[in-house]
Amino acid sequence: MSEFFNQELTWLIIALGVLTYLTRILGDLVLSRFENIHPRLEAGLNAIPAAVITTLVVPPAITKGPLEALTLVIVAIACLKIPPIIALGIGLVFLVFARSFIAL
Amino acid sequence: MNEEKSVFKTDIKDGLRDCVPIIFAATPVGAIFGAAAISAGFSWQEAMLASLAMYAGASQFVLLELYGFNLPAWSVLLAIFAVNFRHILYSASLANKFGSFSFVQKFTGLFLLTDPQWAVSETRHEKQGLRPAYYFSYGLLLYALWIVATAIGVIFGSLLADPSAYGFDFILPLYFLTILVGFRSRRKFYPIVIISGIASYALYLLIGPPWHISLGALCGVFAAALMPVSDEKGEVSK
Repeated sequence: MSEFFNQELTWLIIALGVLTYLTRILGDLVLSRFENIHPRLEAGLNAIPAAVITTLVVPPAITKGPLEALTLVIVAIACLKIPPIIALGIGLVFLVFARSFIAL
Repeated sequence: MNEEKSVFKTDIKDGLRDCVPIIFAATPVGAIFGAAAISAGFSWQEAMLASLAMYAGASQFVLLELYGFNLPAWSVLLAIFAVNFRHILYSASLANKFGSFSFVQKFTGLFLLTDPQWAVSETRHEKQGLRPAYYFSYGLLLYALWIVATAIGVIFGSLLADPSAYGFDFILPLYFLTILVGFRSRRKFYPIVIISGIASYALYLLIGPPWHISLGALCGVFAAALMPVSDEKGEVSK
């Protein structure tokens, strides 16, 4: 299809593998140089988990559609009471059924 | 000695056990990747190489998406760097939790640092303490599953041609949501979620993916760092 990709796709994938590994060690390499962590830096680091995961949830929750948004609400509430994987399963079953009813 | 041995055994057992829930989330995604790669024009070797070398679901899907656009290599690398940027944050937040790892264990282990690996490592550190046996039993099982799932997807590509029929297309947001709810007792949870959520959606509209992930998260991180620091109880990263 393109002169660049099909010939060099293998090398691109290898380069992407190296790049991915570099991002995985970089945080550790940079941070391990600090002896004492400033409280604000630490507060920022502790915020990383929730901050990143929020960005993976919110845009799809708003843009994918009402059924999908409703499924997320159901799973969020279910998670408060039951194990996450079961909540996830309930959400998937609900979504598949809801979609098939809408499609009818 | 005996106690050490039983800690080791418990770590392995817990690592494998904690991997079970994610099997249901990761296996379909890996299989969908394999199938989608074939339909995007990858050879089976290229599809397998992506899973073996990158081992990063979101980035691999971005690669498939960009493959169709005939873009120069640097822009593909840049886009995937943006998606991968969260790995820098993950490895920074785990940096001082690898105390019981040797040099080789740490830098081998970091290859396995995926979203779920990082999430369970944080949880493990807060509870029983993070040790190599736990980290590697979880990580190697998940890596093996990812490879097998990709292979299944490559083989049965056509069977998963319409992943939305099974809700698989929405499994990632649902999965990430369950992780997020699990963090709700952490310090400053709600302000972080609200700020990152608004920022990521605004960036999603203004700049578009994949930047809303890295930049949106940075907004929440900065907000948390700028908020008053008090001697609250709760997790301390050291």
